[in-house]
Amino acid sequence: MDLIFTPGNRATFFMNSKPWQGYQRADGRKGIRNLVLVIYTVECAQHVAHAIAAHEPDVHVIGFPGCYDNAYAVRLLLALAQHPNVGAVLAVGLGCEYTRPAAIAEAVKRSHRPSEWFYIQEHGGTRASIVHGKALVSSLRQRMEAQAERVPLGWSDLTIGCECGGSDGTSGLAGNPVVGRFFDRLVDQGGTAVFEEIVEMIGLREVLLTRAATPTVAEMLGKTYDKADAYCKSVQQYSVSPGNFAGGLTTIEEKSMGALAKSGSRPIQGVIRVSEKPSHAGLWMLDSVPDEHFMQFGYTNPNDTEGIMDLISVGAQIVLFVTGRGSVIGSPVAPLIKITGNERTFASMPEDMDFDASPVLKGTRTLDESAGELERLVARVAAGEPTKPELLCHREYFIMYKHQNVPSLKQGCRF
Amino acid sequence: MRAFQLNPADTVATMLADAPAGDVQIVGTSQIVRAVEAIAMGHKIAIVAMKERDPVIKYGISIGTATQTIEPGQWVHLHNCRSQLDERSNGFDLYTGQSGDILYE
Repeated sequence: MDLIFTPGNRATFFMNSKPWQGYQRADGRKGIRNLVLVIYTVECAQHVAHAIAAHEPDVHVIGFPGCYDNAYAVRLLLALAQHPNVGAVLAVGLGCEYTRPAAIAEAVKRSHRPSEWFYIQEHGGTRASIVHGKALVSSLRQRMEAQAERVPLGWSDLTIGCECGGSDGTSGLAGNPVVGRFFDRLVDQGGTAVFEEIVEMIGLREVLLTRAATPTVAEMLGKTYDKADAYCKSVQQYSVSPGNFAGGLTTIEEKSMGALAKSGSRPIQGVIRVSEKPSHAGLWMLDSVPDEHFMQFGYTNPNDTEGIMDLISVGAQIVLFVTGRGSVIGSPVAPLIKITGNERTFASMPEDMDFDASPVLKGTRTLDESAGELERLVARVAAGEPTKPELLCHREYFIMYKHQNVPSLKQGCRF
Repeated sequence: MRAFQLNPADTVATMLADAPAGDVQIVGTSQIVRAVEAIAMGHKIAIVAMKERDPVIKYGISIGTATQTIEPGQWVHLHNCRSQLDERSNGFDLYTGQSGDILYE
């Protein structure tokens, strides 16, 4: 079915389309995939975790590399473990790290999902642990499928995230505005849209505040902006890369205006932080910038993958990734849809790019037509159609030390 | 060749394809600007004259400051426009955007 959307035929399309089926979770959210997630709790367990998941298409892997634990990273692991697209969890530790696989498995059990955990040191090393882990995955999958309840799914059940990376002069003209228009439609149909990268909205404080739904939200946006501004000055780096300059972007201010375009035009309901669920539907800003602490800030999104993980942590079942110059990443847990406004990129990376927004630049499609086309692609992905990164088994992840919402930072050492 | 102007107040437009020197049409208007040099897709062409220290306007806001006189038809990039915030990027390579301030030795 390939209809051009107009206000008139939009209702017809939805009446004609089959209802999507999702996976009902105990917390009321609905998944669009039913995955077993293997989580390792220190870099030392990484190889075994990946070997357990190897050749199992519905088994994804994430993990935290540090031996010392970190409240932010634990919250992120738990948010991903209880994501709507995840049906069961296996936590794998080496045995001497701080982060506790047993506590992860326990938290997952409380969310009414099957879970298991073990320490490699207690199971005879690499080979024996892989065999043990594969057996646990097989049992988890059976239990997950036995309790899977299929339910109808609509736009109001979806949370969709967006970020951009490898931006060029087309991103602010086509890729991001098409996503922005789609986000407007999603919000109007009762869905939830999340955008991030406040460090790429530097220079736009006043513009952002005018988008706030209430004066309280305006105050939150102002504080979030000021922290991001202080962060950039502290690390002496703005969020702009060599590829951005080569693609025609001259300054961070110029990149910022293009990045903001992906938020569309609806009022911003509030600011959420990493691993925090939006409290109601609508458009939300995600603040992934670390809080200032004893090591100054640390780093915010050191790469695109880290930002995508943050969007998945707030419950996005699908993430849209706008890239002018092209990218070959994917994501675990939630499918990634890769969008470009650069026709050369779409032509040169046909197996990696999902959506071509360049007809908007050529004038052969309006912004509304292109947003409608994107909406139909998102609907197909929500109904189960694999994205290009899913077909290529791209499941990059990046979970790092960060400090956000940690009141007890002064504890630790006696001076 | 065509370029896109986002806001009526803009002093630059964005190239929609790689263009050699020559006439560039501003999409949706009858305005033609003669590019005085080749300008790549996604890059900016000046559509009005700017003096040193004038704001460079795109999306209707100042995206930077002109560091020299810019004539209509010139390529606007790191060599003649600097950020109001970011000090590091003006030393980057004009064509590749690569930084030269960290030594690999």
